Amino acid sequence: MRIAVLVKVVPDTYGERRITLETGLIDRAAAPVVDEIGERAVEAAVTLAEETPGTEVIVVIMGPESAADPGRKLLALGADRALHVVDDGLVGADLTLTAEVLTQAVRDLDPDLVLLGNVSTDGGGGVLGAMIAESLAFAQATYLTSISSDGRTIRGRRVQNDETLEIEASLPAVASITEALPDPRFPSMRDTMAARRKSFRTVSAAELGVDVADEESPRAVVLAASRAPERGTGVKIVDDGTSAAQLADFLFDRSIL
Amino acid sequence: MFHEPILVVLEIGRSGTLTDSAPELIGAAASLGAPVAVILVDDASRADELAAQAGTLGATGAHIVPLDQDALVVGGVDAVAAVAERVKPEAVIASHSLPSREIVARYAMRTHRALLIDAVGVSRDAEGIVVHHSVLGGSYLVDSAPSFGAPVVTLRDGSVVDRAVPASAEAIVYERPPWSAPAARVMSREFMESGDARPPLSRAGRVVAGGRGLGSESGFAMIGELADAIGGAVGASRAAVDAGYVSHQSQVGQTGATVSPDLYIAVGVSGAVQHLAGMQTAKTIVAINKDADAPIFEVADFGIVGDLFDVVPRLVEELGARR
Repeated sequence: MRIAVLVKVVPDTYGERRITLETGLIDRAAAPVVDEIGERAVEAAVTLAEETPGTEVIVVIMGPESAADPGRKLLALGADRALHVVDDGLVGADLTLTAEVLTQAVRDLDPDLVLLGNVSTDGGGGVLGAMIAESLAFAQATYLTSISSDGRTIRGRRVQNDETLEIEASLPAVASITEALPDPRFPSMRDTMAARRKSFRTVSAAELGVDVADEESPRAVVLAASRAPERGTGVKIVDDGTSAAQLADFLFDRSIL
Repeated sequence: MFHEPILVVLEIGRSGTLTDSAPELIGAAASLGAPVAVILVDDASRADELAAQAGTLGATGAHIVPLDQDALVVGGVDAVAAVAERVKPEAVIASHSLPSREIVARYAMRTHRALLIDAVGVSRDAEGIVVHHSVLGGSYLVDSAPSFGAPVVTLRDGSVVDRAVPASAEAIVYERPPWSAPAARVMSREFMESGDARPPLSRAGRVVAGGRGLGSESGFAMIGELADAIGGAVGASRAAVDAGYVSHQSQVGQTGATVSPDLYIAVGVSGAVQHLAGMQTAKTIVAINKDADAPIFEVADFGIVGDLFDVVPRLVEELGARR
């Protein structure tokens, strides 16, 4: 079985994440890290690979140069090789362009299973898996809180609208996983050393056959960006037994309740 | 007033009627043009009733498409495509919830439309439709638009207050389309009973959220009591969910729900940046925490440094006394 794991490198959620107001684009140079959900996707792929001998795990990252270093670390988590799609023309790529590029990268790898995180911490769209399933004509098994495979199908649990669904898809399939899946194993010294010998290939959009400036395709464009208004300073009291009453007064006086 | 059709993707809830997002989706559509609904159903037996409901909410058309709900998502894509081909809308609007967001995202991919996701509002300027977003945990506001053509837009639950004036819609019933793409099959489904009558978290006007400070599942019950005292929903930090005090459905934050209620009371929540990302646009934030340095106090309009096990029961009493 061959598994392609799509991973995004994002601004660290523990740091200050910024949008450059002139362009409306996320500042991707500041503290890039592999999105935590992407690490879980790699771990899920590596676990499936351990259960099905002969499975190859390939990580695919689309991102600027700064995504390479964080991305390389995934080779120490058990992935066999990695592909990094870098292209100046992909700066600010919207969902449809991103989906087209990743579709092409994946198609060239000819995988049985495409795995990715359900939603990124910076974009929050949570639809890339579905879009790639559409363009590859693979079965879509997304938002899985559990995943298993017998090499021909995958199965898992998905929550939507207060329902829990047990779903099953024949391979080839695109599956996305939630944070219910385990976080990655700690790489051993041997894993880290071995990672250095693994292939980390860089490719441009043009080499994948994608025309980033294609004028026939409508894209989402940013018109304006601004910082949200700052919250004012609030009241802070230490409880002396009357704080609940003071809070109740505050809420009723301002007609909040 | 603009009269171009705006296609609104509506789903059916457990009761067999339109879901809670219908009024805001139609309301948003009405601010752009004439709302026309595509309603995804199991069968068309209640078509007239659903069309009437959509009409009351402001829809001027109701296309009812029965789907095989055992095939995940793909039938919905075919349904939206079939109706859009007929209606030729100026935009397609759906809820950002599941499975809607995936249905319309696939539709955008299939028909080469610009996809504008997780909007908190829509409007028009001189050049066309503008979509408004609140991003990076609510710290930035971004306006976007399609470079050309009819956009596909998903709307964040509970974010649009506009409501359309009542109209009327006749049901146009479609044949169940055979789905055209490989699909995952639903082998079984089970409803998760919340066992309470509280408002859904994503659109509640008031939320009480508990953190790890509650200490246990039984300790967390206090959050429910306070929520009930103010008619609110129950939320939780990821720490509380991971510790097993409450289910993931209540999680607020980077990897949970993004909410923007009028009142958010954070009890025993430290205010890690990933939690703030899910609630810091709330109109009024109250924090109760025994740690005076907890970051939650930086966003709170009213903060109490104290033992939540003392403060919360007293608060429930005070609120009861003022009714």
